[in-house]
Amino acid sequence: MKSKILASAVATLFVVAGATPVSAEVVITQKAKKFDKKKISIKKGESVKFVNADSIAHNIHSRSSNGKFDLGVSKPGTSTSKVFDKAGKFKVRCAIHPKMKITVKVN
Amino acid sequence: MGTHKKFSKLAVSMVVAISGFATVASTVATSAEKKSRADWKKEYVRPSEIPFPKENPYTAAKADLGRTLFFDPRLSGANYISCGTCHNPSFAWGDGLAKGIGHAMTKLGRRTPTILNLAFGEDLMWDGRFETLEQQALGPMSAPVEMNQNMKAIVAELQQIPEYRTLFNISFPGKGITVDNIAKAIATFERTVVSGVAPFDRWVAGDEHAVSESAKRGFDLFNNKANCVACHSGWNFTDSSFHDIGMPDKDIGRGKVVPGVVVMQHAFKVPTLRNAVERAPYMHDGSLKNLYSVVEHYDNGFVTRPSKSEEIFALKLNAAEKTDLVEFMKTLSSKDAPMALPRLPAYDQTVAGSLNVSPAAGPSTGSTAMRTPKGACNSFLMHYIPCSK
Repeated sequence: MKSKILASAVATLFVVAGATPVSAEVVITQKAKKFDKKKISIKKGESVKFVNADSIAHNIHSRSSNGKFDLGVSKPGTSTSKVFDKAGKFKVRCAIHPKMKITVKVN
Repeated sequence: MGTHKKFSKLAVSMVVAISGFATVASTVATSAEKKSRADWKKEYVRPSEIPFPKENPYTAAKADLGRTLFFDPRLSGANYISCGTCHNPSFAWGDGLAKGIGHAMTKLGRRTPTILNLAFGEDLMWDGRFETLEQQALGPMSAPVEMNQNMKAIVAELQQIPEYRTLFNISFPGKGITVDNIAKAIATFERTVVSGVAPFDRWVAGDEHAVSESAKRGFDLFNNKANCVACHSGWNFTDSSFHDIGMPDKDIGRGKVVPGVVVMQHAFKVPTLRNAVERAPYMHDGSLKNLYSVVEHYDNGFVTRPSKSEEIFALKLNAAEKTDLVEFMKTLSSKDAPMALPRLPAYDQTVAGSLNVSPAAGPSTGSTAMRTPKGACNSFLMHYIPCSK
């Protein structure tokens, strides 16, 4: 599992067979107590997949006024996805390691 | 301090002059990595600059005003508790008590944390409930059990002190005395409170005689077998994270701030180890009397529960290793020179009856205002910032 984790953020396109809409999922990796990007831009309704490539637990949450969420504990080697269905800017952080920050701009 | 914020940087000329150190490497190593002692030392190089947020950039006038406010007991509701009452520079900016004492001698729930090196931190307080130093500065001031200050009243009270009107107008032209500006001034001062060069720093810089052989072995243990580096990493010996380290009290700490995260129950801020030897007792509840008892706790004294950090495990250290760890931590003390306290601005003497001082609601402790010769420049800050006076 861990060996399959990508070390950098990539945009992965999932094309649903027979359907024209294409939904994008941006992959963000948590490694060495850092997100591998400081900011990303996505479209409303798109998803961000947070991959914990560290050997320690992390968390994904946001206290942004335009939408609070908390994805709980992300154990090493696991991933968690979040669909951003509201436009705006979200400051996403790790509650365990608050120096880990990423801004998600949803257009 | 949000990710989107860019920091202005203040050169720390004295530190640079002494050490010539480069900016600290931000790479965080995990305990699983096996590195040489020399490589580990590179992880602890002092930074050359103090970061200041662009929303509240450094000025000497603002830092001086913040220092004056920090030590002025009139910032409390009863006018006898200053920020410096609990964050006492003589106790490495703590109070030496197991748990803090607030307004009307109220015993607080947690030990007073140091303000050393907070410019480099994230999410203040033991539970991280304040994101910025500006927010944090106002928290204890307005808390009924701490300084019990009415934040509307404090602006009116400071307005009655002519020198404060002048000082605020210099630091905040056209804006003067406001709650936000009180917070900005205090936060600016606090960011200048940085621990000085310790024997450990001299060792990292190449002086092999700066620390004992026992301390060197302790450094090796710190980064390997004892796994302290998992959280007490970098030059400030903290990664600003929060963990349940198995203290056997009922305080859920960060669990109140982040209720949905299991491992944040009973979790508390990882404190800096800089000058820790001067700040006993230890832990958020002040229950451990010295650094030996701290090592014993981590060795096998913690309680196990679902929230306990996975980075806390029985270390199985022998007696010599425990001594080495303590000897190492002693080398982090910079033994900074005593600082001169500010002369506090006097009340208006020109208009009889103009003073409207808040009634003292707590027991009288006599005069707690600490005074120093007029115009004295802070010898402590001179280590880091050229004196503005």
